[in-house]
Parts: sequence; structure tokens; C-alpha cells
Amino acid sequence: MEQFTLTLPSSPLPQDIVRAAICGVVSSGNLEVLVEPGATRDACEIVVNTSAHGFRDIWEAVLKDFAARHDVGGLRLSINDAGATPAVVSLRLDQAFETCAA
Amino acid sequence: MSEQAIFDRLFGAGGHDIASTGLFLHGSAQVGDKRVTVIGTRDHAAIDGPLALRIAAAILQAVRADADTAPRPILFIADTQGQALSRHDELLGLNGYFAHVARCVDLARRHGHRLLTVINGEAVSGGFLAFGMLADRICALPDAQVRVMDLRAMARVTRISLERLEELAGVSPVFAPGAENYWRMGGIHEIWSTDDNWPDRLAAALASATDTDGRAAIGLERGGRLLAAPTAQLVADA
Amino acid sequence: MNGRRISYFEASARMRLSGLVDADSFSEFCPPELRQTSPHLAQLGAPQAFDDGVVVGRAKLAGHAVLVAAQEGRFIGGSVGEVHGAKIRGLLDKALVKRPAAVLLLADSGGVRLHEANAGLIAISEIMRAVLRVQAAGIPVFALVGGSCGAFGGMGIVTRLCAEVVMSEQGRLGLSGPEVIETVRGVEEFDSRDRALVWRVTGGKLRRTLGEATRLVDDLIPAFRAAAADLIARYQAHPLAPASLVALLDEQARLAARSERFAGARDGREIWQAAGFADASRVPELSVAEFNLHLGETS
Repeated sequence: MEQFTLTLPSSPLPQDIVRAAICGVVSSGNLEVLVEPGATRDACEIVVNTSAHGFRDIWEAVLKDFAARHDVGGLRLSINDAGATPAVVSLRLDQAFETCAA
Repeated sequence: MSEQAIFDRLFGAGGHDIASTGLFLHGSAQVGDKRVTVIGTRDHAAIDGPLALRIAAAILQAVRADADTAPRPILFIADTQGQALSRHDELLGLNGYFAHVARCVDLARRHGHRLLTVINGEAVSGGFLAFGMLADRICALPDAQVRVMDLRAMARVTRISLERLEELAGVSPVFAPGAENYWRMGGIHEIWSTDDNWPDRLAAALASATDTDGRAAIGLERGGRLLAAPTAQLVADA
Repeated sequence: MNGRRISYFEASARMRLSGLVDADSFSEFCPPELRQTSPHLAQLGAPQAFDDGVVVGRAKLAGHAVLVAAQEGRFIGGSVGEVHGAKIRGLLDKALVKRPAAVLLLADSGGVRLHEANAGLIAISEIMRAVLRVQAAGIPVFALVGGSCGAFGGMGIVTRLCAEVVMSEQGRLGLSGPEVIETVRGVEEFDSRDRALVWRVTGGKLRRTLGEATRLVDDLIPAFRAAAADLIARYQAHPLAPASLVALLDEQARLAARSERFAGARDGREIWQAAGFADASRVPELSVAEFNLHLGETS
């Protein structure tokens, strides 16, 4: 398993999230994202736990893109991954965002 | 040790009257000052539907026999390589036959029969789950083998290399075969040694048997299963 | 209820739960944010899940209080490890205190999790005892089986301990999976890639015909909900009595008769033929309504 944490600058989420939410299921080529309130308003903290080793650069690119596309400041995302492709990761992150924006 | 020699050691010569037919054991024996019903499997039995029904019938007979008197304890002797593996047994619902055995064990417990298991030989997976593992107190004879699956088969299913599994088996009680591992996790109450006085240990085990399931707490106390008890508590208290 | 036709088989554990119980009534115990994860997976290089593959909590179903557990078949085959098993066991312990109308077990599991095999086996034994204890106290446990992993291994035994077993045709129920039998006994004994055969030996229609499943429903979440609601109403009217010696002697006779009658059987067609289906080979094609109508006419 490989684990790392990124703190990415992002505009604050328009409203506070009421409760934690979870998206996705940990299965081969898939991942789960747990969304919770974070520590700082203008950054998004993302903890990645993945079974695929050596893809940190790609993770950083996908996560930076996500933090730039959405206002996710003030969120803490925790990811359990079983080797999802970047496309699946992006999709799941967008779903997680929609869950807490709804 | 032959089967008769093991019975002699467990109950004393002349202290038992147990018939062995095929893979099935049934009779009675003396434990301390108590007469107990003995029900078991032998010769590393693969438990199929008919054998499960013989076990269940013997339990029901024991409950019926003591309907109007003090319920005698039941001693299970478990020696099983697991469930029978066949399309026929699956078709008829072997899981349902095992569930029936479990209901019979539960009926005996509710009727006040104390339940003991002695593992002699092997206790594997579904065959162990069906009856031996449901007793109030579970004792393993020296050299008893207890497991879900051997490491080679486990390597095939999990696609983790055998070398890695063997390396981890030395340090982790959680998946590796062995009675000692089950003891640490609370799944087996006692492991006896060759030097022990087995009749004394049997009598003591019977005296300490209770009808509550304390295995998670024992696993916590012995340090082999640290999360089961607190997690169940967390949910129960939520 | 919404009219969307949501496949129970395709849905995740959380989707099944949210469609099964009354809207907004579900409250989760030991939720993902508590991170009560398996400590044993990482050492074998397997990813963990924040809920360890099972969702437990309280809810209402048709207004009645229920406790629910839903296994996630897509996470390591819905397998039972130390934490996963303890969550179900804790839920059953809670049932003794809270006395809900029923406990619903949405089983979707191949059985013991091999990565933590010993803990999993003991956990299943603990669940078995807890189910028996809860039902002896008059609280029925219903098993719902319609997920991709079915209910196998120890969870197959647990399922059959439950007062009611609701299945879809897609659901499968057994002890040893076809792959295990094929690996040990050879492809001639059980060809696990012959999907039609696998379903004729383990599937919902076969289990319902034998009486192993007590209801067969369509592969839709609302169909499972309707069956569970109906069963709750029935147990409210006629509370569960603890299994008696007489009842177990009856079951003993029933199972003995099954073993004798079908001593050489190896295919569901033989069971369907004996159950009076005119063309046993066509049973898999019958709709659930047609199938249930036939059982109602002959049983």
C-alpha cells in the first residue's frame, strides 16, 4: 500500500457540509472517497491510500485538476483506491463533490 | 494413538460406551461424576448431508431423552476436514443441513445441556462451524489441526504468493492455520498437552462451561483479536 | 415510492439500503468517518474500506423499526473479517435490547475473508450464535439474497438460520462455491463456467422450490422492500416462536426425506420435475410471477 497526503489550494466551498458522505466502492479498478469538513477554508486536504505503487505524479495531476475545477476549500477527502484509472478517479471525485454540494 | 486409546485416556478405561460407525461417533461417557452424551465425527470426516442429519438426530435424541430430568451435558468430538464438496450436496442445500445442526445445538443449549467440544485430529472450516464451534467450551487435543484453508490453497485464491503467506504466517495469528492461533483469538478455550490429566481437564472444562458467548472478550484478553469486542460494543451502544 | 426499476443485483449495499427502507429513516452505526477498518489487509497489500464492506444501522420499514446490515459484495467479495463480522454481531446484540420488528440481513458474501481467515471463521460462528439468540428472543431475522456474490460459505449457513430468506432468481445460496468444487473435484463434478448450470444448482428458483428460500421476488429493490414489509406485517400478527423440539424433529424429517428422494440428483431440473413443473428445462425462463403461481398451485 502507498499512502500520501496533499493539501491543495481551492476556493472555499459555498456552504458548509452538514455531514460526512461516501462515494464509490473499493473494488478492482475502483475507489471510495470519503468527504468530511477539513481544517482550512481555502484549501482541500486529500489523503490517498492506494494499492497501486508508483503513480504519485498522476494522482497529483488528477487531484490538482479537481481542486481547480471545483470550489472545494474546507473539505477533507480520504481515498481508498484499488488501482482505478485517472478517468475513474476524476468521475468519483466529481460525484463526491456533487454529493456534498447538493 | 488409536481411537479407543484416546477414549481410554479421555474417560478412563471402561468409562465410555461409544459406537463408531463409518464417520460417526455416538454413545456416552463418564466425566467426573457426570454421565455425558458423546456425539462426533471421525477419520477426518468430510461432512455431507446424511452425516449432518445423523449429528442433528443424535442431538435431538439427547434433548428428548432428558425432557423430564436434569439435562446431561453433550460432548462433541470433532474430527473433520470440512464440508463435503460435491454438486449433489450443494444442490440439496448443504448449508441448510448445517443450519439445521446449528439449530439443534442451540435447542440443546436452551434446554440446559452444557456443551463441550474436544477437537481430535482436524477442525476445518464449514465442518467445524456446523457443530463443534458452537459449543460452550472448546478444547483441542495436542496436535489438533485447526484452519479455514491450507496456505497453498489460500495463495491460489488470494493471488498472494505462498512465500509471502508463509513469511507472514510466522508473525500473524490472524490467517495462518494452527490451534494456537485460534486459542489466541478466543476461538478455542483450551489446548491440552500430552502430559495433562485429560479426565481432570475435561471435568474442569465442563464445570467452567457457561451458555454465553465470551469468545470476543477472550480474544481481546489474549491479544489475538483486538477489534472484535470493541467494534461489536461500538455498534451495540450506538 | 419512485417508479424507477433499480436492479438489486447491480446496486451497491448503500443503494440497496436507501431503496429498501423508508425515505430518510436510515441512521448508520459505526459509519465510514469512524474509520473502523480492517487492520489485517494492509500487511497483505490489499486496500481497506472505511466501512469494512458492511453497512449497519437502524431504520424504519413501512413505519416499523428495523435494524439492518448490508454487505458490499464488491469489496473483497463481501467477505467476513474481524471488523466486518463484529459489526453484524454488535447489531444482533443491539437487537436483543432494542427489540425491533425485525433484523434485515442483506447478505452478499462469499463467506470468510481469507486475508484474516481465523478471525473471519470465529466471527461467523459468533454471528450464528447471535442470530439464534435473537430469534430465540422472538425477534425474526430476514435474509435478503440477490447480490452478485450470493450467500456462500459461513454466510450461507447464517442465511439459512434466518426465519425468512427472500431471494431473487439472480441470487445464489450455498456452502461451497462452484469454483471451489471445480478446483478440488474437477470440471466433470461442477463446471463453474457453465452459468446456467450454476444457477440451476444454487439460484433463487431452485432454492425456492426446495423451501430453502421462503420468497422469490424480481430483481428490483422495490420488490425486496415489498416482500420485507409483508413479512414484517405477518410477524407482527403472529410473533416468532422459539424453535421447539417438535419443530426441529419435523425439519429433521423433511431434510431426511429430501436426501432420500433426491439421493442421486445433481441438477435443479430433477427437483423441478419432481415439483410438478410440466417442462423442467423451461423453469429458468419463467417470470417470477409465473413461477410463484405454479408453486402456489402445487404446494
